[in-house]
Amino acid sequence: MTDDVFVQIRREFKGERADLIPVLQKIQSIYDYLPREAIAKTARWLKISENEIFGVATFYTQFRFMPRGRHHVKVCLGTACHVKSGEQMLEVAKRRFEIEPGETTKDGEYDLERVVCLGCCALAPVVTLDDKIYGQMSVLKLQGILDEQQKT
Amino acid sequence: MNNKKLEARHRQAVKNWLEYTNNERPLIYVGAGSCGLAAGAAETIDAIEAFLKTRSLEADIVRVGCIGPCYLEPLVDVKMPGKPRISYSNVSADGVDRLLEVFFEKNEIHKPHLVGHFGPEEIDGVPRFFEHPMLAPQVRIVLRNCGIIDPENIDHYLARDGYRAIEKALRMPWKEALETVKNSGLRGRGGAGFPTWRKWLFARETESDQRYLVCNADEGDPGAFMNRSLIEGDPHALLEGMLIAASVIGASKGYIYIRAEYPLAIERLRNAIAAISDLELLGEDILGSGFSFDITIKEGAGAFVCGEETALMASIEGKRGMPRTRPPFPAISGLWGKPTIINNVETLSTLPNIFRNGAEWYAGYGTETSKGTKTFSLVGKVRRTGLIEVPLGTTLRSVIFDIGGGLVKEFKAVQTGGPSGGCLGKEFLDTPIDYENLAAAGSIMGSGGLIVIDRDTCIVDTAKYFLSFTQSESCGKCVPCRVGTRHLVDILKKICMGKGEMSDIDKLEKLCAAIKGGSLCGLGQTAPNPVLTSLKYFREEFLEHIVNKRCPAAVCRDLIVYRIIKEKCTGCQRCVQVCPTGAITGPRSEAHNLDESKCIKCRSCYEICRFDAIAGDAIIIES
Repeated sequence: MTDDVFVQIRREFKGERADLIPVLQKIQSIYDYLPREAIAKTARWLKISENEIFGVATFYTQFRFMPRGRHHVKVCLGTACHVKSGEQMLEVAKRRFEIEPGETTKDGEYDLERVVCLGCCALAPVVTLDDKIYGQMSVLKLQGILDEQQKT
Repeated sequence: MNNKKLEARHRQAVKNWLEYTNNERPLIYVGAGSCGLAAGAAETIDAIEAFLKTRSLEADIVRVGCIGPCYLEPLVDVKMPGKPRISYSNVSADGVDRLLEVFFEKNEIHKPHLVGHFGPEEIDGVPRFFEHPMLAPQVRIVLRNCGIIDPENIDHYLARDGYRAIEKALRMPWKEALETVKNSGLRGRGGAGFPTWRKWLFARETESDQRYLVCNADEGDPGAFMNRSLIEGDPHALLEGMLIAASVIGASKGYIYIRAEYPLAIERLRNAIAAISDLELLGEDILGSGFSFDITIKEGAGAFVCGEETALMASIEGKRGMPRTRPPFPAISGLWGKPTIINNVETLSTLPNIFRNGAEWYAGYGTETSKGTKTFSLVGKVRRTGLIEVPLGTTLRSVIFDIGGGLVKEFKAVQTGGPSGGCLGKEFLDTPIDYENLAAAGSIMGSGGLIVIDRDTCIVDTAKYFLSFTQSESCGKCVPCRVGTRHLVDILKKICMGKGEMSDIDKLEKLCAAIKGGSLCGLGQTAPNPVLTSLKYFREEFLEHIVNKRCPAAVCRDLIVYRIIKEKCTGCQRCVQVCPTGAITGPRSEAHNLDESKCIKCRSCYEICRFDAIAGDAIIIES
């Protein structure tokens, strides 16, 4: 983490304990994960131990400690999606990329995540590819979307 | 800003609204809430823009929030000058040209995909939008603006009597305002149903130099999206409600704790907060009343337990979101030890309606103990899915069959209250929905998710699903919750695999009692509800798994097989092409074979046979 970036972040917050989570969110929005070095700097600045920061950060599912793939596939397994065979969508993605949820493909292209409810329940099952939401998925539709994506 | 200036601003807003509704240029509304976008609204908007550009036509496109019937998304409404607004369903990008050509080139009303019009007049062959069978039985109070106004335009909210209620509330002494809330009978819409006024009174009567108001928008229940839709469609209703609540309890600082997974809702809130800051409806001495208030948005970082109020406060304070013992209740000692009121989005957004129209008017809806209306997200195997609002006391039957249009297959159960609620079978269809009835049935109101289940959904699998969820979301503080839910999941998994024993049922019930009794917060206390209710109302299905090693719904993977019905199969080879493991073989035009040992039960062949094959339905899944 460059010093410039950190100076910028420090300017945006008061440096109170309550800023910890928003600061971590900010760091993640810049780096896409929480680099070790950034946590160390945050600890010194907010006068909290690194230990405690890891304690807070690992509690919340949003924070990542490793870089992700270039494309993000999320399979929703909220209740409505579960009832409408969302599990099968996860299977398709797992087979396709040969990874488990939470992992990244070896070439760094794709990561896979299972999420609990994206709030589009009326269109279940739902899968997202990067920022695009796909509703009313089926095994075959999802395969088609991934085929199309992998071609480009 | 003082009252006079607000009055002038209102007049301006009404003028703008009239100009907008008596449009001189054609108006095209697109439902662009998260659900609309998931259904392809962004592509539809691109197609509309392309249509207008290639023909050099002029029209305004308005991105409105969700109006309710999500299954009809993307919804596109066209309002030609001097004509009423007419709504069309499922307008995908390639349907745009056909729709708009009729309006712009033939100057007629397009008929396919027609839903209804919003005008006051009768139009031959065009029904009214709100007479649609999904909408007619509803009473839209908190959702009154959703899908109607442009959520990004504060004038639209103002023109529909927006920020009139806060004016009224500020003119009342706080006790009178509190009395209004008391008389309305409003109870917390986040699930527990605690009387809103009573909580407020605790906070108001606690001596303190600082009080806080927190809006809980951490809608974590999987299967529920009411709060998201409400904020996306009408953000100002929430802000006005927060102003009212803060003025009554004497809070000068407010937080909105909202899920980071709702980027559009967050953006709408930021815009709305900026708009009312410009109008000085936030800040010091609001409307010259001496009341000061400002609002900060806190993005939740993804933890279901943070919907619990003490965990939510810990999270705002920058800590792990773990609940603590109560008392002291947050209303006495909350954020940083100060009196704090935590209200749900819907509770707060209802307040402007109560102050505008009076407590008695609001209390006129609902039942003796549960007043007013409630929003629900109606999803699952019901024909018409979406966001609805009905008076409390409406029966489940009316919601599922009248509004939801029933199911394609036979009704089996409805899950209310998310992972903290329960699965209720058909004996509950005529139960009026209110706080007491749902609690008596072993479920809860919850925030309002209604997931309808048909005979293709396995009850044991559903219970396993909910428990896996609460297990992974348990914060780990209380041993019965942390370890107990894990054991529940293990036993349920065992039953789903066909390895269950009769003694497991007894074990489940004992564990559930221990978890309920030994957990500190609502998550642990209610986590066993899905297991307990399904054991109570669907015990045979558990026994079927344990004794006969069968899954009647043909869901549990270890208990099902895929089979080709030879008589139906035409040998079209579509399934052979999609099978990833080569389990299906057979020459063209002859019935195919499915090798069970190679089959991974991925469902590809089943889907292609139903939707794409020549015969259709030749592949079945059975237990």
